[in-house]
Amino acid sequence: MSTKVYVPRDSAALAVGADEVAAAIRNEVEKRGLDVQIIRNGSRGMFWLEPLVEVEFQGQRIGYGPVSPKDVRTLLDSGFLKGQSHALRVGEVNDHPFLKQQERLTFSRMGITDPLSLEDYRHHGGFSGLCVALTLPPQQIVQQVLDSGLRGRGGAGFPAGIKWKTVLQATAPQKYIVVNADEGDSGTFADRMVMEGDPYMLLEGMAIAGLAVGATTGYIYVRSEYPHAFHALQEAIVRAENAGFLGDNLLESGKRFRVMVRKAAGSYVCGEETALLESLEGKRGIVRAKPPLPALSGLFGKPTVINNVLTLCAVPFILSHGAAAYAEFGMGRSRGTLPFQLAGNIRQGGLVEKAFGVSIRTLIEQFGAGTASGRPLRAVQVGGPLGAYFPDRLLDTPLDYEAMAARGGVLGHGGIVVFDDTVDMAEQARYALEFCAVESCGKCTPCRIGSTRGEELVRHMQHHPESSHQDEQLLRDLCNTLLNGSLCAMGGMTPYPVLSALDHFPEDFHPSSHAIKAA
Amino acid sequence: MIKINQFCFCSISYVVHSCNLKYQNMKNTQNSLPPPSLPEQEGRVVQQSIDQWMSAEGPLLPILHHIQDHLGYIPPASIELIAHQLNLSRAEVHGVVTYYPHFRREKPALRQIVVCQAEACQARGARELTRTIESRTGCRLGQHSPDGQWCLESVYCLGLCASGPAVAINGCLHARVDHDRLNELLSPGDLA
Ligand SMILES: Cc1cc2nc3c(=O)[nH]c(=O)nc-3n(C[C@H](O)[C@H](O)[C@H](O)COP(=O)(O)O)c2cc1C
Ligand code: SF4
Ligand code: FES
Repeated sequence: MSTKVYVPRDSAALAVGADEVAAAIRNEVEKRGLDVQIIRNGSRGMFWLEPLVEVEFQGQRIGYGPVSPKDVRTLLDSGFLKGQSHALRVGEVNDHPFLKQQERLTFSRMGITDPLSLEDYRHHGGFSGLCVALTLPPQQIVQQVLDSGLRGRGGAGFPAGIKWKTVLQATAPQKYIVVNADEGDSGTFADRMVMEGDPYMLLEGMAIAGLAVGATTGYIYVRSEYPHAFHALQEAIVRAENAGFLGDNLLESGKRFRVMVRKAAGSYVCGEETALLESLEGKRGIVRAKPPLPALSGLFGKPTVINNVLTLCAVPFILSHGAAAYAEFGMGRSRGTLPFQLAGNIRQGGLVEKAFGVSIRTLIEQFGAGTASGRPLRAVQVGGPLGAYFPDRLLDTPLDYEAMAARGGVLGHGGIVVFDDTVDMAEQARYALEFCAVESCGKCTPCRIGSTRGEELVRHMQHHPESSHQDEQLLRDLCNTLLNGSLCAMGGMTPYPVLSALDHFPEDFHPSSHAIKAA
Repeated sequence: MIKINQFCFCSISYVVHSCNLKYQNMKNTQNSLPPPSLPEQEGRVVQQSIDQWMSAEGPLLPILHHIQDHLGYIPPASIELIAHQLNLSRAEVHGVVTYYPHFRREKPALRQIVVCQAEACQARGARELTRTIESRTGCRLGQHSPDGQWCLESVYCLGLCASGPAVAINGCLHARVDHDRLNELLSPGDLA
């Protein structure tokens, strides 16, 4: 029997040479006449080890990483096909502390399976949620999602069940399921990992949503920066349709559900749900005023469920294991788990799925092993470009929607970006405003013009310390206008990174006065 | 004169657009301006893109993607053709093409380098990396190099945030781009 060797096909592995490693292994085993089957799996989410090559030996998966093509010969020489020792050996991958301490409900298959193999997917529990859903009336599917306490993972944390119920109760000849796969936040990659590493899970979640609300068509709006995710989804849809998991006769039930993938075009604000719908309709991605809610008048004016990738991916587990099993995890009103993403200046960056309530510090120290540079940590941005910067003394905050809000922050899509002590927080604040100016859709004045004026103000502060206290007052006023006068969270939350930088790191904005105080 | 013509065209198509189906035929005849000056091969690609997506829901973005995937950019002359066949005004199509950063209206340089400028990469030296690439290629962020060989663009996150700094060269992703890696990527023959 041939030995199975796994080389990931996740973008984060490809970007550090996984294809070259796979080719080198193929070459070398051919030369040596060895019987090896190379499988391109998803990533385990331990990105500092990528390309992480695994060998299946005596029922275990022994990992080696990070492997480069020039390591392949010595790996084979030292008997890695039998799990033998080598400088790059990391041992049985499932026992790695980074994975072992996680609670992977959604990411349970990630990195283990061949993403496009339907057989693998079924073998690892795939489609069991859909099978349950096919036996339930729509109201009961919605009830399960309500009971699980699942909240939207795209950022706003709105209860998914309530959204679904609204769409179920709307009457219309056509309803839609739209997946928000625009994942524009810096520091996040969980949606991408799902689409590349376990795409059938997303299709299953969509089909269940379709059954729940009476929609027969779904769209996935994928950002153009994710070409591999786009192609994986296209291929997965074709295979799932051919095998009867999607299409006109879902698992022989007579029910219909079709899925189309659409490519976005590089606009961050198109992640905002109404701008996304405009974009899908073929227009400029300008935010719509609400009401009407997309649930009642969404895509092409029809009732629409629009959910983040991770929201829909939590649903198959909820259906197959029951709402209570999901709701058992978490704290307070944040039920279940969140796939957190450790990014930026961190030694062990990657995906950590944990129940809500874990502290920022635990994630960074226990999982992330501190900064990559080895220098002291100075700031952590949680929740993407519109999220607040936290100083060290706030890192014991539990990651839960309400606890984060109480400290002026957000959980967002679960991205955690670490900065060491070389960071200049005035520059980070300036960047946040610049980003808003670049990405603003332009519909409302505070965001369109305020962002530009704010960027100028911070720049002025950086170069004119003598007037920086006056400038600060102006900047705070401006942030107040943005907070209260913007139509959507783009303008409405840009003040979060700016004000948190001002509040927690004032010395970076007023260098001279602090130097005087210190002296 | 040209301006007046354009104005008439826009107002006609606006009125027609709001009057909907009844005037569809009228619009099509009113719009029969001289055929857009697209080179034959480009014209063929544009027409294929339209034909392939015409009957889909919300076809405009898929059409533009299809054109750019095949030609590398959206030829400005194709806007008229698309508008005409989708029953949109030229202003609407132009608005969409120019709204989205992904769509180019000029032929790209031979080598496009896209450098992530977002926070997680900043935390791992993206600013310094950008400056180094600028000096090595002779090309400022957002511009073409003087010899037209390179163009350097910013992107806000490639989803490689745990392995920054990240770049994409001609669509190919690269992470953990340190000094040595950059040297490999910009091999000496490629330098400006
Ligand atoms: C500027 C802006 C960008 C956003 N980007 C995303 C995104 O990339 N992905 C996402 O799922 N939600 C994003 N959202 C949130 C969506 O508007 C919306 O809340 C979400 O798609 C709802 O799905 P959920 O309830 O499953 O989270 C963004 C919101 C704003 C204001
Ligand atoms: S806040 Fe900004 S992005 Fe949101 S609607 Fe207003 S201008 Fe557009
Ligand atoms: S921030 Fe650079 S890849 Fe995400």
